Amino acid sequence: MENYLWIIPFSPLVGAIINGKLSLLWSNRENGPSEKLVSLIGCLAPLVSFVVTVVLFFDMLGTDPSRRAFQQTLFDWIVAGPLDVKFAFWVDQLSMVMLLVVTCVGTIIHFYSIGYMRGDRGFARYFSYLNLFMFSMLMLVMGQSLPMLFVGWEGVGLCSYLLIGFWYRDMMKAAAGKKAFIVNRIGDLAFLIGMFILFATTSKVGYPTLDIQVMKAMAGQHPDFFVPVATAACILLFIGACGKSAQIPLYVWLPDAMAGPTPVSALIHAATMVTAGVYMVARMSFLYEMAPVAMAVVAIVGAVTAMFAATIGICQRDIKKVLAYSTVSQLGYMFIGVGVGAFSAGIFHLVTHAFFKACLFLGAGSVIHAMSGEQDIFKMGALSKVLKITSATFVIASITIAGVPPLAGFFSKDEILWSAFNMHVGPPWLGPFLWIVGFITAGMTAFYVFRAVFSTFYGKSRVSEEAKHHLHESPAVMTVPLIILAAGSIVVGWLGVPEVLKGANVFHHFLAPVFGGAHEAAGHGDAHSMIEAIGAHGQVAASAGDSSHGLEIVLMVLSVLIGVAGIIAAYMLYVKNPGVPGRITAKVKVLYTLVFNKYYVDEIYENTLVRPGYALSDRVFFRIVDMGIIEGIVNGVGITARLVGAAVRLFQTGVVRTYALFILLGVLYIVYRLLR
Amino acid sequence: MGEVTIQHYLSLSAILFFIGVYGVLFRRNLIIMFMSIELMLNAVNLSFVTFARYSATMDGHVIAFFVMALAAAEAGIGLAILVMVFRNRTTVQADDLTLMRD
Repeated sequence: MENYLWIIPFSPLVGAIINGKLSLLWSNRENGPSEKLVSLIGCLAPLVSFVVTVVLFFDMLGTDPSRRAFQQTLFDWIVAGPLDVKFAFWVDQLSMVMLLVVTCVGTIIHFYSIGYMRGDRGFARYFSYLNLFMFSMLMLVMGQSLPMLFVGWEGVGLCSYLLIGFWYRDMMKAAAGKKAFIVNRIGDLAFLIGMFILFATTSKVGYPTLDIQVMKAMAGQHPDFFVPVATAACILLFIGACGKSAQIPLYVWLPDAMAGPTPVSALIHAATMVTAGVYMVARMSFLYEMAPVAMAVVAIVGAVTAMFAATIGICQRDIKKVLAYSTVSQLGYMFIGVGVGAFSAGIFHLVTHAFFKACLFLGAGSVIHAMSGEQDIFKMGALSKVLKITSATFVIASITIAGVPPLAGFFSKDEILWSAFNMHVGPPWLGPFLWIVGFITAGMTAFYVFRAVFSTFYGKSRVSEEAKHHLHESPAVMTVPLIILAAGSIVVGWLGVPEVLKGANVFHHFLAPVFGGAHEAAGHGDAHSMIEAIGAHGQVAASAGDSSHGLEIVLMVLSVLIGVAGIIAAYMLYVKNPGVPGRITAKVKVLYTLVFNKYYVDEIYENTLVRPGYALSDRVFFRIVDMGIIEGIVNGVGITARLVGAAVRLFQTGVVRTYALFILLGVLYIVYRLLR
Repeated sequence: MGEVTIQHYLSLSAILFFIGVYGVLFRRNLIIMFMSIELMLNAVNLSFVTFARYSATMDGHVIAFFVMALAAAEAGIGLAILVMVFRNRTTVQADDLTLMRD
């Protein structure tokens, strides 16, 4: 099976090429290529990847846990001096989890898109981009070396740009695409520098490489080389992750990214691409474990982002913006998880989040579809009477995100909170601090999501007469994906039922060998088994006694209570007493305006970074460097050539006898020199 | 009159060569210029043969034959060009053929 790894990423690539070609061939005609053909190719490509992944997964389950990694090298990719990067795929348990999520959710969203994009002029172009995204994302997940990962990393960024600006005739949407691309570049620069540092480190050890697995083994054998640079490298890589996964201060592009088609928001800006940063940190966990400072930075940035985005989410009116800030907030949770060393908890939340957030976004897409493009939740209401399936799935996903047991969100979120509370590195106040932030955020999350639910689906209808006329449930091609994802949001969590609730925590045991840490890779006898015992759970929780089990249950109950409280508060404010929110906002008008305008972060960036940057580019780089120096050199060369030509042209009389005279003079001179 | 010496041969060669040079530089008719070039080639040939005879080697003779072959080829091509030029421009005056400058 190992030899078929390449099919997983290349199947969507083939789909992208075919659909892209079809789109180009039809570009001058009145109608696009047949939608049936395009959607057949577009959906078949990720489906093939999904099937291969599933087969591979069962193959992996049949293998001994210590040797559960598939590897396939296709060819030598970059060979330059001591550097040798192979075009190789590496699928261990971590990649496998990501592969399953990406191909499963990706395929479902491809099918949903058939319904959502029906009749769009760029139908083929859309599927081409979406397939290309799948290819890049799978490259990112499967790449064995940092450059491979980086190619995927940039590829998903490109597809994100293309799909945000999909309706590029709208200036606002095109600008949103550009913003996402540029903000991501800032993070990518840091990512690259981090990569260079690691390369320099491996060179110092004596075996220059960018292969993650080799690096991991090397870090285990020569920690003295890696420890001094680990903090810098980890923080730089994390800045890259901040860009990709929309964390403070680089989160600003994600809310704007909602300009793209809704299935794109679901796939790229909720379920898969934005979680690439979390995956990367988990992938480099052996390095992060050497840098407690960097891990604390990751956890704190995650916590602050989680809370910050949740407060903005409370005040948004656009249903997709609510979900966008919710995504930023949930990504913050994941970073808390990986930041406190609970890598598998972070990845677990990534998986559950992929299901419930994709479900929420697709539900929102279904609502927008039904409302003929309306996105303001206060112009909806009582939609559950018409959109029965959409509202049911949306509510299930909302309960999941609110953290009500026994749905998926509860297990993953709670595990992160418990790991944070119990973290064994960093100052003693850090764990409880992270827990409190996460705890309050959980309440806010439940509140703002149910604010959207109640405003959209329940209460009084505020739908305009015209929109009411068109109101309809979406076709089966859209509702079936919703049902699958909603079912996923319920059951996926059961993979990670913690031991305190008499669960087996299958998920952790599956991932355990990956997060054994650098020491395990080196294979140090006794230390090995001990570290594995701790590393198996990525946290100390496993080794804690009964007393902490009691505490764990108390904290668990608290977080469920605050989630339920958030739901009830939303119910009271938006169904029972719909006048109250208006009165409250009027009372705290300054605060409300501040939050409603997203703390003016965009405006602050505009004035402190964008404008000076623009002025610098215009005045210095454009006028002085480009117009002055570069054009001066280029034009100087041209002018010199012209002057020399004008001088030499005088000799070019066109009269044969003149040339003969010059030849004679030349010969005489040569003879003179020879005889002298 | 004494014996014919190497100086006589070389002087004749030089005289012929400079007659050729004069022809190329100062005559306007391309056919005349062409003949002058042939004259220069043959003047040089004379020098080669002279040196070959007085140094008792074959090299100069060989080169002389090469030059003759070359001159024949050159005459063939050159005359063909001249015919074409005349057909197109109805002149073989070098000063009228300044298309490259104009």
